[in-house]
Order: sequence, then structure tokens, then C-alpha cells
Amino acid sequence: MGDSALVLGQRLSEWCGHAPALEEDIALANIALDLIGQTQLWLGLAAERGAGASADALAFHRDAWDFHNLLLVEQPNRDFAVTMMRQFLFDAWHFEALTALAAHEDADVSAIAQKSLKEVTYHRERSTDTVIALGDGTEESRARMQGALDRLWPYVGEMFITDADDLTDVAALRPSFEAHVHSTLDAATLIAPTSDFAHQGGKTGVRHTEHLGHMLAVMQSLPRSYPDATW
Amino acid sequence: MSNEWPLYEVFIRGQHGLSHRHVGSLHATDAAHAIQNARDVYTRRKEGVSIWVVPAAEITASSPDDKGALYDPADDKVYRHPSFFDIPDDAGAM
Repeated sequence: MGDSALVLGQRLSEWCGHAPALEEDIALANIALDLIGQTQLWLGLAAERGAGASADALAFHRDAWDFHNLLLVEQPNRDFAVTMMRQFLFDAWHFEALTALAAHEDADVSAIAQKSLKEVTYHRERSTDTVIALGDGTEESRARMQGALDRLWPYVGEMFITDADDLTDVAALRPSFEAHVHSTLDAATLIAPTSDFAHQGGKTGVRHTEHLGHMLAVMQSLPRSYPDATW
Repeated sequence: MSNEWPLYEVFIRGQHGLSHRHVGSLHATDAAHAIQNARDVYTRRKEGVSIWVVPAAEITASSPDDKGALYDPADDKVYRHPSFFDIPDDAGAM
């Protein structure tokens, strides 16, 4: 949960100062900050439970193969269509995952999920509206959104493969996810690919795409070059 | 600039019981989008409990040229201000 939030937060922050409109720029930066805040909670809890020295150490002093984020979130921004489609697919999954974790028996896990869910409810609303507006938009925007969906669809399956160390049975989240995604895609006049092929290896860390290492190099360069730097 | 999104004026109510105040403006594709943008641009630091957005084009404004006719006649009518009363301490801040 923490690594996916961290990687997507870093990806979104790459838009800062570059988004197609001032209002979108601020919105993406806000969502990035929400995700980094959630990262602090999840990785902070992981550190408390013995995974590392601190949330910062986990974020800045691990290499790609030690990251357990979904492959979807490490995919590059490319254009605004890919960025928003990636956001929409992740938000739709994130919402269901946090809803399930809000009822988790571990009080810390449940508290983080409940707090995050308020933010993610808004993230999902915003990305859903954007997918509909751009899908059911101009010829150009529709073509770009369909292209983004085709490109990212092979990364959807991994979100629903339950591993032994998952906090909840993520496979069980798929029907609710699909209901939201398909009703949104219908409204957006977009067509979900029929192939169920799913890239995997991000959540387990064994096979990240080539993009994660480059992203981490940028994200981690300062604390690794100046290990004693303080804020 | 025909390819710009329409302009919306944003009004935020800071807390229950107060009225909405104009806080600024932003561009959005429609009113619902303007509410979302206002949430991101103007309420990031818990500034509000309610948001109104109004298309800027729908606002009718007085003309600066009419300033004299509209406001000057009030200049010499100080008795229109309720400033000649002693306010009891118990009334608190007015």
C-alpha cells in the first residue's frame, strides 16, 4: 500500500508546473501530496513493525527490487490521457482496497485506511469525471483516452492477484472495481480491451518494468548523495 | 482566447453561520468541474465548509463611470450610519 502510494505520488509530482491548465496542475499536486501523506502513514507503520529504520529510510534507501508497488503506478506519465487513465484505474482499485482495509482487524491498518479513504473518494470522483469528459470529448481526446486504456489495461490484472502477504483478499475486490470501471467507460464511450493478459511482478518485487529504476534514481538522488541532509 | 475554459467566480463559506465570501476566480469546463477545481485551489487548508461557483459572465456589475451618481450623495448624510449610539458592554462585538 505504501509503495504504490509513494510511486504514484512521485509520478504525479512530475507534472508540477507542466499540467495543461493551472487548475489541473494544482489538483494533481494536491493528489500527489495526499498520496505522499498516505505513504508516510503506511511506511511509518511498516518501520514500526520492523521493516526498516523509518519511513524515510524505506522510501529513499531501498532499490527497485525491494519495492512492492503495483506495476501500473510506475508507468511513465507520457501524456495527460495516460496520466489520467492510470489515475482512474488506480483510484478505482485503491477505493475498493481501502474500503476493505477500513474494516481490518488491525487497528492501525484500519485507522490509516479510514483516513486515506476520504482522500481517495475525492481522487476517484475527479479522475472518473476526467475520463468521461475526455473520452466523450473530441475526436482527438477520445483517441488518446482509448490509446491510454489499451496501453494500461495489461496492468489491471496484477491489482487482483492475492499474495500471501496481502492485508486483504484483493481478488475479491474485482467485481466492485469492474462495476465502477465499466459504467465509467460506457459513459466515456471507451471500450475495455477483452484480453485478460496481466503483467505481474511489481507487487512481489521480482520483475518491475524498466521505468521504476529511473524514477527512483531521480527521487532518491538527494538523500543518497547527501545522507546527512536534514529538512 | 476562445480555447480557454470559461471563467468562474468562487465564493467560500468559512464556517457555519457566516456568509459566503468571494475568494477569487478560476477556469473550468462546467460548474461541476469548477467546484472540483475550487476545492483544490481554494480549500486546501480547510478554508471552507461550503463552495459556490458562478459563471463570471453571469455577473452584472455596476459601471465605474456611475460612481458619482451611485455613491456620492451618501457623503453628507452621516446620520445614515448607526454611529451615534452608545453600545452597552453586554452587547459584545458588533
